Amino acid sequence: MTVDWIGVADVVAAICMLLGAFLAFAAGIGIVRFPDLLARMHAATKPQVLGLILMLVGVGLRVHVWSVVGMLVLVVVFQLLTAPVGAHMVGRAGFRTGKVVHEDLVVDDLTADQEAALAEEDAAEAAEEDEGREPSSDAPR
Amino acid sequence: MSLHVRRRTTWRERLRHQWSAILWLALVWVLLWGSVTWGNVLAGLLLGLLVVVLLPLPQLPFHGHVRPLRLLALFVRFGLDLFLASFQVAWQALRPGRQPRGAVVGVRLRNPSDIYLTVTAELSSLVPGSLVVEVHRLTGMLYLHVLDLEAYGGVDKVRADVLALEARVLRALASDAELEAAGLATRRGVPA
Repeated sequence: MTVDWIGVADVVAAICMLLGAFLAFAAGIGIVRFPDLLARMHAATKPQVLGLILMLVGVGLRVHVWSVVGMLVLVVVFQLLTAPVGAHMVGRAGFRTGKVVHEDLVVDDLTADQEAALAEEDAAEAAEEDEGREPSSDAPR
Repeated sequence: MSLHVRRRTTWRERLRHQWSAILWLALVWVLLWGSVTWGNVLAGLLLGLLVVVLLPLPQLPFHGHVRPLRLLALFVRFGLDLFLASFQVAWQALRPGRQPRGAVVGVRLRNPSDIYLTVTAELSSLVPGSLVVEVHRLTGMLYLHVLDLEAYGGVDKVRADVLALEARVLRALASDAELEAAGLATRRGVPA
């Protein structure tokens, strides 16, 4: 009995492409439905990245030309490297410019830590003023 | 800590230390053209050389050593987690009714050196139910957004998962001394 490897590859490629398309679709729905910026970034990273990878695996299996496969691998590598960085930058910018509604968060360590750091700074400044307005040793005159 | 020191490097030094970057750029060039010919390889090497000499990047101090098996374990686990995380987020996007309630959780990493911090942050953005919002280099703090804290299992589980991820990264890349300092040293031949 001979196995029709091209047929097998085609079936696997079809499954990969359907799964990838489903994940990309779910990522799109997530971007519309999730309540805030940070939640949307989740949809834009995880299902989207795996969706693209599965899609490209499907393309690679269907095309089976080595030069194309090399380029697809490159696309996947750069997607994996850049998607989290992009999401991080958007999330950070959103946090810093007040686009994140803090009341919606169950726990918010970042705001708490920032406020603690600010309070510490204020306390240090107040202490400095109490010391008869002597500039601290490392301050430039 | 010498985190923000920019030492000026000569182009000779850059060539000596960053030959691997040149090789990687040449490989990217060849893959983009899609065929291995002498012309492509030479053009790729030449371009890589130009990029490294003309556009210098600060050097990452890396004192660890790579353990291939641990690295493989890291990648396999990463692949599985990416699969799980993707379907979880897809499910949360599609399920009717309940809206997820997020949270921002701070985690202090054991080893705040640039390279492990970067790798851990990158992987944790893709892997469990988390997304990096802010990184604090000096203290090694990582602030992660969790999509649905209740479904995830609480703040402590987030911290434990990120620290476990960092442990896998350190075991794959860090030196024995760094592992010791992080409290991750394992007995010889015993997988942990």
